[in-house]
Amino acid sequence: MSELLERASKLLERATSVEEMEIFLSRGVETEVQAYGGEVESLSSSSSAEIGIRILRDGPGGARVGTAYAGSWDDDAIDEALANARDNAQFATEDEFVAFARPDGVTPAPLSLSDPAVLSTSMDDKVAMAIALEAMVRGGDARIRQVDAANYSDYVAEAAIVTTTGIAASFDRSGSYVSVEAIASDGDEDQTGWGLSVGRAPGELSLETAARDAIRRATRMLGAVKASSFRGVAVFDPRTAATLWSIVGGALSGDAVVRGRSFFAGRLGEQVASNLVTLIDDPTDARHFSASAYDAEGLACRRNQLITKGQLEKFVYDTVSGRRAGTPSTGSAVRGGVAGSPSAGCRALQLLPGEYDQEEIFRRVGTGVFVESLTGVHSGVNPISGDFSVGITGLMIRDGQLAEPVREVTIASTLQRMLLDVLLVGADVQWLPGTAAAQTVAVDGIALSGS
Amino acid sequence: MTATSILENMSETLVPRDVVQRVLNESMGRGADFAEIFVEDRATASASLDQRRIQELNSGRSRGAGVRVVVGETTGFAHTADLTETGLLDAARAAASVARDGRGGVREVTLSTLRDHPSRAEVPPSSVPKSHKIELMTRADDVARASADAISQVQVSLADSTRCFLVANSEGVFAADEQVRTRFAVSCVAMGDGGMQTGYRPLAATRGFESLTLEAIEEAARGAAHQAMTKLTARPAPSGELPVILAGGSGGILFHEACGHGLEADAVMKHASVYAGKVGQQVASPLVTLVDDGTMTGEWGYLAVDDEGRPGARNVLIENGVLTDYMWDYLRARKEGRASSGNGRRQSYQHLPMVRMTNTYLLAGDADADEIVAQTPRGVYVAQLGGGQVNTATGDFVFGATAAFMIENGQITTPLRDCNLIGNGPEILQRVDAVATDFSTTPGTCGKDGQQVPVGCGQATMRLSGITIGGTAA
Repeated sequence: MSELLERASKLLERATSVEEMEIFLSRGVETEVQAYGGEVESLSSSSSAEIGIRILRDGPGGARVGTAYAGSWDDDAIDEALANARDNAQFATEDEFVAFARPDGVTPAPLSLSDPAVLSTSMDDKVAMAIALEAMVRGGDARIRQVDAANYSDYVAEAAIVTTTGIAASFDRSGSYVSVEAIASDGDEDQTGWGLSVGRAPGELSLETAARDAIRRATRMLGAVKASSFRGVAVFDPRTAATLWSIVGGALSGDAVVRGRSFFAGRLGEQVASNLVTLIDDPTDARHFSASAYDAEGLACRRNQLITKGQLEKFVYDTVSGRRAGTPSTGSAVRGGVAGSPSAGCRALQLLPGEYDQEEIFRRVGTGVFVESLTGVHSGVNPISGDFSVGITGLMIRDGQLAEPVREVTIASTLQRMLLDVLLVGADVQWLPGTAAAQTVAVDGIALSGS
Repeated sequence: MTATSILENMSETLVPRDVVQRVLNESMGRGADFAEIFVEDRATASASLDQRRIQELNSGRSRGAGVRVVVGETTGFAHTADLTETGLLDAARAAASVARDGRGGVREVTLSTLRDHPSRAEVPPSSVPKSHKIELMTRADDVARASADAISQVQVSLADSTRCFLVANSEGVFAADEQVRTRFAVSCVAMGDGGMQTGYRPLAATRGFESLTLEAIEEAARGAAHQAMTKLTARPAPSGELPVILAGGSGGILFHEACGHGLEADAVMKHASVYAGKVGQQVASPLVTLVDDGTMTGEWGYLAVDDEGRPGARNVLIENGVLTDYMWDYLRARKEGRASSGNGRRQSYQHLPMVRMTNTYLLAGDADADEIVAQTPRGVYVAQLGGGQVNTATGDFVFGATAAFMIENGQITTPLRDCNLIGNGPEILQRVDAVATDFSTTPGTCGKDGQQVPVGCGQATMRLSGITIGGTAA
């Protein structure tokens, strides 16, 4: 038994006979290095330990839950959190569907997601990576005028979730990132490009990939113009496509569905997307950086196929949203740290790859816009109504190839239409940080607003 | 307990003055140029109502300290939840490890007397019974649902936070503050023949529960329901460039994105802002006078002292279209040999401070709001903005319209579906061609480099002669 699991289980002994208790312990260490001008601009190192407590009490009309968290494992902090959680439980409305997860017999995938190299790599080596990345970008192209930030960061985290209903899960993970933002200039105008590389340990990172990506994205935007408005095809690069699938994943949350806040509600079995769309959420696939053996209620994560050849097959559920829908949890509880309550969400989405590389997609599309970055996703995408309108930068596609760069334009449609309008799916899967891996995808029926 | 005694209590029991002193001495020991300790104790409470049920109430407490050490151009930072002297000294040594060629030993720091600031909360969250919070939320739910039969979902959230902090540095600053914030929001979904539409109204203030009156809550509930209902008959927004009128209040987000972030000295000093090197130049229409003001009592971005111990201030950034100054934190100001403008902020003790806005607003003009609409033959009227994003290096920015209407023949007509608007900061600032007198403000959460802080925005009804609207209709 891990030390964390032991500690969490010990705390469960404080539950009284009239309540259920859930303890969520987490702790971690983080490093962040920022390089600027060939020197360390900032170096942060930190460790943290947090606890979240949920108390559930049954009543005649159902159960009530109260929650509390503390940013330390000190006895007085835990005592205060426990007292608050118990007090808070009195005020919730009794709800027949509210319950804690119970073991469901699904075996967690044997994943190894924590690499000791994060801790054993010296701070000097981490610093050197950030400085080398900055130098690589500054020296990589004469048009690079500035590097806004070159960062190295990593973390190692462990967590345990235990309940009086029989859940006992512990898991750990590590991550290591470099990212860099380049500013290119041709004398009249500036353009920016962002590059990154991610892994579970420093040795998996490629500074070259991050540098090359940042330089290429910044320099090829030079000379960008505001395109004329048109309606047609947008080709999303893997990074922007990943953002799209994450938004779609949000609407596939059983929690959003049972609360009447998803445009997918009531459409199971319908053709909601082009038959090129087969969408899978599979946190047990270790290639995803967001892979996980357990969900945020301590149930085993599993592979869930959500859309098959365009047909809506399944939503993802946590325990409570599943009970509301009359279906078991799909092992898809997510929560925002120890302070949050579980809800249902996708962790590791992947669209089944198509057969084309990017160049072939440009060729087949002929005319359109290639989208390399999105802005205003939080302000212009409404996952309830499906309205979609975002700022983009990218390049025009003319005669089947990339042409002039474009900026200060928006693209718009609705999420419902975009899914049905998927024309082509690439084979170029990229394993990105976040909740979705993605490949190039072409979508028709997009209105581009420009001049 | 009065606010002053809370702060005295913090400096005396949480981390006593002599410990603060020794942590700073240790931090400076290896030859640092600057050291700072920031101790924070934050208590939060939140609750939500959904599907007519009060969901889980949540209480949180986080306490800890961050130590920052500056050596030349390098900043070292470490944070800890261990507020014992041993824990703090460990953090100090970790932060000071950036001083590689240190001299060793301890350097004496002299602290000034504690400068503290009484709380503005008349009704502190800790004095409010949970049952009262539930009454407020239930009332909002009832009012929103009673507004129209088509309202299918109502979600109400309530959150409060009491954040006490103590900050001291090697230049003698020794300051403390207590910031109380309350936030109430209503989200509605209306169901119509054409699908679902949403309405949203936040109420947020750097005050206690005195700001959450029954009238304010009912108005927010009605407003959110009305907005969702109105959008049920919305048609797709136009695509392309049109004149746009922004209603007073949330239109301030335009300035937050179009130039606010570009006027933050960290972006400017890295030449990652289109406004770098432009002080004294005409960067906006003469109708634009833009102010960042941390001293607006009760506003969402209000602060008596910033997170570096500097008193909040009113700073004029653009005056009659001419760029007058940027916003500064300690580190950036020090490089320029000037004083911070009181814009050093951090999300929590776990974060390094950086240059952030407080309450950023356009001063009111002298036009009549209705007249501006009447004098616009065709355009879009944006009643509520829902956030935005900017690339400071290129100046391109977007902001979302969550409640908008067509203007036809000088009249506000058909409601429009949600969309983003896109423009380039320096160009759009020149296109402000009318500003009215009806000034109001709106709360928001500003994200930068992964840190979230509460900010205010404000302006009076104003018009842009043209901006690109990201809709789908021809």
